[in-house]
Amino acid sequence: MATLEVDKLRKSFGGVQAVRDVSFAVAPGEMLALIGPNGAGKSTCFNMLNGQLRPDAGWVRLNGQDITGLAPRKVWRMGVGRTFQITATFGSMTVLENVQMALLSHRRRLGQLWTPVARADRAPAEALLARLDMADQAARPCGILAYGDLKRVELAIALANDPKLLLMDEPTAGMAPQERVGLMALTASIARERGIAVLFTEHDMDVVFGHADRILVLDRGALIAEGPPAEVRADPRVREVYLGAGFSGGHPGSRDPVRGSVARPKSVQGGH
Amino acid sequence: MENLVLQALSGLASASSLFLVASGLTVIFGVSRIVNFAHGSFYMLGAYLAWTFVTTLPRGHLGFWGGVLAAALLVGLIGVVVEVLLLRRIYRAPELFQLLATFGVVLIVQDLALLTWGAQDLLGPRAPGLRGGTEIFGMRFPDYELFLIGVGPVVLGLLVLLFRYTRWGTLVRAATQDREMVGALGVNQRMLFTSVFFLGAFLAGLGGALQLPRESVNLHMDLAIIAEAFVVVVVGGLGSLTGAALAALLIGELHAFGILVLPKITLVLVFLVMAVVLVVRPHGLMGKATGPAHGGAGGAEPVIGPAPRPLVHLGIAALVAALVLPPFAGDYALSVLTEIAIFILFAASLHLIMGPGGMASFGHAAYFGLGAYGAALAAKWLAAPMELGLAIAPFAAGLFGLIFGWFCVRLSGVYSAMLTLAFAQIAWSVTFQWVEVTGGDNGILGVWPEPWAAPKLVYYYLTLALCLGATLLLRRIIHAPFGYALRAQRDSALRAEAIGIDAFRIRWLAFALAAVMAGIAGGLFAYAKGSVFPTFLGIPRSVDALLMVLLGGVQTLSGPIIGALAFTGLQEQLVRITDLWRLILGLVIVALVLFFPQGLAGAARARWEARRGDA
Repeated sequence: MATLEVDKLRKSFGGVQAVRDVSFAVAPGEMLALIGPNGAGKSTCFNMLNGQLRPDAGWVRLNGQDITGLAPRKVWRMGVGRTFQITATFGSMTVLENVQMALLSHRRRLGQLWTPVARADRAPAEALLARLDMADQAARPCGILAYGDLKRVELAIALANDPKLLLMDEPTAGMAPQERVGLMALTASIARERGIAVLFTEHDMDVVFGHADRILVLDRGALIAEGPPAEVRADPRVREVYLGAGFSGGHPGSRDPVRGSVARPKSVQGGH
Repeated sequence: MENLVLQALSGLASASSLFLVASGLTVIFGVSRIVNFAHGSFYMLGAYLAWTFVTTLPRGHLGFWGGVLAAALLVGLIGVVVEVLLLRRIYRAPELFQLLATFGVVLIVQDLALLTWGAQDLLGPRAPGLRGGTEIFGMRFPDYELFLIGVGPVVLGLLVLLFRYTRWGTLVRAATQDREMVGALGVNQRMLFTSVFFLGAFLAGLGGALQLPRESVNLHMDLAIIAEAFVVVVVGGLGSLTGAALAALLIGELHAFGILVLPKITLVLVFLVMAVVLVVRPHGLMGKATGPAHGGAGGAEPVIGPAPRPLVHLGIAALVAALVLPPFAGDYALSVLTEIAIFILFAASLHLIMGPGGMASFGHAAYFGLGAYGAALAAKWLAAPMELGLAIAPFAAGLFGLIFGWFCVRLSGVYSAMLTLAFAQIAWSVTFQWVEVTGGDNGILGVWPEPWAAPKLVYYYLTLALCLGATLLLRRIIHAPFGYALRAQRDSALRAEAIGIDAFRIRWLAFALAAVMAGIAGGLFAYAKGSVFPTFLGIPRSVDALLMVLLGGVQTLSGPIIGALAFTGLQEQLVRITDLWRLILGLVIVALVLFFPQGLAGAARARWEARRGDA
């Protein structure tokens, strides 16, 4: 059975239909990429999955259970981990404490008034950080961490509740190219070893085509293609979205999915 | 019917005066984002200066109106001086430090006014040409009140014209919306801020000067008007001129009719309206979200670590001194020590919500006072022994902490702080106005400890044990998962929610817990003094607590402890050696904000860390 099932999800802002009848599913251990040009509705879609936005219509099911419209913290309790496009960690705590907080919350021990955090859930937090090659950073405050390391902290936090599903919004944005590959390879191996379904959005096409098992392409709120990387790469509609009239060149550095090279204005072929 | 019309008219007159003050406050806030406590002082100075001018200038139209205008202009210039010397240097500082600095100005102005004009109330002459009254429905209504009714709309109109049709006004509106962008466009911000301050202070001065024919000029005008002006500005929406006008109208009429209907609880009504408005519309009637407010100390907060070794040694030394020395101290010293212990707990309780919680409270004295009143009322009406009274105190405070906190912790930043102020004023006015039960201004006397605890030394040790125990408990809680969860929602609301933390519940419980702790302090204070008074809940005491926490530094629990020691010690000494203790305290506050923006403990910590880094 699929871990996440999304059925005819819909959301409008004013007169704009940001997401139109989007349906898809993610299987355990699968890396699913959600791509599309700026404004395609990726973030809106994402925010409806973890409860930050309430959909106008449609369903979100996690392992068969309806989680549509639940508050983010309840979605998390159901077993959904989340990383943000712009990292959000607790800056006044160390890396280890950040992970401890997620573990403590998972075990519903945040109401405790007596036992110091220093002695709570230390070992599992350390183990998690070791898995992410962050053991040497454990004692550093998140407030002074390098951005690439913060992304790893976020991943460690997201993994703390033994999630069935991981939602990663632009997991490698702001990272150096080598770091990107490392983080995504690590994510993929953890996902497979723990049977976690991973859904991620991404602008870097190297990351998408290098690490996704399957790709969804969103354009103007609707799903226009879905399938393994090779299939999506060959899809004429995807070519049109990225290279034709739909491609605005709004984000320099984003890659031409077809040739795997940086899209330059001269490579943009007019649709008319 | 006729009566109602007159009442409505008199409400309009009050609304007009209120609007003059509030419009200045809201314009200043809109541009500089500073909550200016000193605005009430500008108002008071306007009244005093107008008295001086009007009584020295030759009588007649020119003398009176010229005097009023001169007073307002002079207050405007005083505002410029305050802005240039003080506020300009702290625009980047955390909100609460700015507030503290302006409160320092309040204290300075109070003593300067006392020095200049003396303590007695001053009566000004009536306005020439407006001494009589006009017949309305067969009743005489003072002409001067009618004149005031006209002033409000005229000033509003002029301000609207100014903001809409001049280049300067356009810049001010732009800066109200996005200060950084206006700076990026190459506008000289310094001039803009200074001129806005001039306008705001001028309006406050004008409001004060125009009160001259209405009421006597006295030294309490500043805090009395500032509480109401805050209400008007917050109800209207911070930075909104029309909102302020609307809210002034609402509050003015509420006062006028409240007196007819429920004379006992007019003050409660005003603050209740504010609470309701803020719950329904969290940014006031016409206000917009002002973006994330930076709470607590601003910027990245440091990690909580074990206390530095010298501090541990110092703490142990202080504790030993507190245990061993008192038997050799006199009664006066014992009273001071008892008070210090109480204020340490009081400050530590406020620190919980301000530091780890990242919320600001302008009304923490409410819970201190409710604890004190809980104990005193139990003693008076139930003849409860001290032990029971001390047990009731935290319950009473905690109960109201739960109720008030439920409203306060939903809002953010300045609005949340204002709501705490509103609830504190409600509690204060109940103790002040419900004379049958609370004794009103005379308080409740005869709240004495049991015979076993009556000796000052015994009571001191009892207080020390309870306050120390409670403070250490707070420390324990800050290091426990609950305290971390509190910091988590402060650091990143987004991440906290994403890992299942219910920020509202955590903040709410922390607020109530802080109230409980303040209640313990208040109960002990009641038995230490043998009496309770409404001043226990007043704004000055809330500001005392803020001072203690901010002077010490919000970042560590040692901060409020050091702050309480420093503040209580300083104030006690100042009161003893000089009549001008407010002036000196105010100057000290201003100096501290300018030179130690992290507080005393923060500065000591930074120094210590720098030295360790060198080694």
